[in-house]
Amino acid sequence: MSLTLEEVDHIADLARLELSQAEKLRYREQLSAVLDYFKDLQRVDTANISPAFSVIPSGEKPSELRQDVTRPSLSIESLLINAPDAENGQFRVPPVLDYEE
Amino acid sequence: MSSLIDLTASAAARALRKREVSSRELTKAFLERIDAFNGSLNAFLHIDHDGAMRRADAADQRLQSAKGDDDGLPALLGVPIAVKDVLTVEGMPATAGSRILEGFVPPYNATTVGRLLEAGVVILGKTNTDEFAMGSSTENSAYGVTRNPWDVKRVPGGSSGGSAAAVASRLAPAALGTDTGGSVRQPASFCGVTGLKPTYGRVSRYGLIAYGSSLDAVGVFARNAEDVAALFIQMAGWDALDSTSIKLPLPKIDLSHGVDDVMNGLRIGVPEEYFIQGIQVDVENAVYTAVRTLEKLGASIHPISLPYTRYALPVYYLIAPAEASANLARFDGIRYGPRLEADAMWDVFRATRGAKFGPEVKRRIMLGTYALSAGYYDAYYGQAQKVRTLIKRDFEKAFQDVDVIAAPVAPTTAFYIGEHSEDPLAMYLEDVFTLPANLAGVPGLSFPVGFDSHGLPVGMQLMGAHFREDILLSAAHAYQQVTDWHMRKPSQFN
Repeated sequence: MSLTLEEVDHIADLARLELSQAEKLRYREQLSAVLDYFKDLQRVDTANISPAFSVIPSGEKPSELRQDVTRPSLSIESLLINAPDAENGQFRVPPVLDYEE
Repeated sequence: MSSLIDLTASAAARALRKREVSSRELTKAFLERIDAFNGSLNAFLHIDHDGAMRRADAADQRLQSAKGDDDGLPALLGVPIAVKDVLTVEGMPATAGSRILEGFVPPYNATTVGRLLEAGVVILGKTNTDEFAMGSSTENSAYGVTRNPWDVKRVPGGSSGGSAAAVASRLAPAALGTDTGGSVRQPASFCGVTGLKPTYGRVSRYGLIAYGSSLDAVGVFARNAEDVAALFIQMAGWDALDSTSIKLPLPKIDLSHGVDDVMNGLRIGVPEEYFIQGIQVDVENAVYTAVRTLEKLGASIHPISLPYTRYALPVYYLIAPAEASANLARFDGIRYGPRLEADAMWDVFRATRGAKFGPEVKRRIMLGTYALSAGYYDAYYGQAQKVRTLIKRDFEKAFQDVDVIAAPVAPTTAFYIGEHSEDPLAMYLEDVFTLPANLAGVPGLSFPVGFDSHGLPVGMQLMGAHFREDILLSAAHAYQQVTDWHMRKPSQFN
């Protein structure tokens, strides 16, 4: 199967990736080849098979849920220290919505 | 002592307790060796000279004030190790091999790191990795490829190539790695060291920069199975901070049994699907020879079949990228790492991600996003998850009849730098024998069983049933009592 450039654009948009024209062309070719190789998978009969959403062996339960109570956590200062832009204990970002002056 | 750097982690721990060596001497010896050789290997991305010496001195103080060689001393007190740069160490840069985390200094320790620090280790630094652990060669690191100590023109494997190369060249006696599709076992094989991928859920992933959350496992590299066990036992076990970790008693790993005791009655399955056309002849021969050695030691050998093995590659390369596309959504230039400025937030995301993620990471995000997108979800991601069930059943069925499964780790020994760089699919094919264990969640251990005609190490992996790391480690330890492949050193870094 072969992806179209429009499909590549659409995927890049969903993934919020800005790609150059050269990258789009390269990914179109490479992803098409990979997906083509994967088409074998469609031939496996999985009519009565459930998806493996967990590989934890049946019988072994994951840990119990924790109590919903407050507990110590990292400080706000330590969490903001790596931010490119922060103000008043919060991350600062450019406008999310379009607006007009 | 002329050869501090030749001490294994366990031997170092014993020598420290007997005050035959100080942690300062030992740590200094490794740091000096890193300074001498890291330029040619690029195994370390960050070397923490000061922090390591501080921890070494603290360990020495504790040893001096303790009475005798026990006195409640932690098991690995004063032993230096390296940590793959996808795990957080408080105050030490964590890049995950990516430009998008350049400058990021995490404010907390990964649980595995914290537990090992409590056990007394000294952290020498952070080791190189394929970007976000996506790769089989470390060529995808944004900070340059790591070189294989056995031949610097070749890759060390990946993604934990820095840790494997560091242990192989004795820049560290042991190192942490992570294994999502073979990223501990394959570099262990390529570099001639011993590497464990634990059972899914056995070891906490808190503080691991996530790639494929249903597959990721934190593992260990060392020069023998005894050392791997020594670190594994300290970091394994339930953690309230990782909801996928399992509340089971810690494994009892007793390596004091004789070789006969371990091998008599051990049933080893050899799956026909792992000896396929295209596998390097030297690899096949070395693995068969190792299996025969185990048989001579008392194990019984059983041909078995894991019929869905051939689908592991497409299943993995749909599920892992799908999970990655979600996990890597957090890297957007807002909370950490560099930001490319733009007028609107969505454009900041697009510009930062487009500029700072490397080609393989973008490729996998694209592939994963596609597999999850409307109209394709059932055909790709959904079908992959169903076939994953069949792969898991293969293993469950096999482990009704055998205790361990022996197989090659990779179809080839270490390949040349650049050999696969233009063909992603050829690179993915390097993972065919390691992916199934991750998909089934079972543990796997890779250890050296010979060399090819170019003098490159060949590894074999033992896979076990869920939570049976103990059997894998005992069997490999027994094998290492009667062979010396694991003791060989690369001549250029002797």
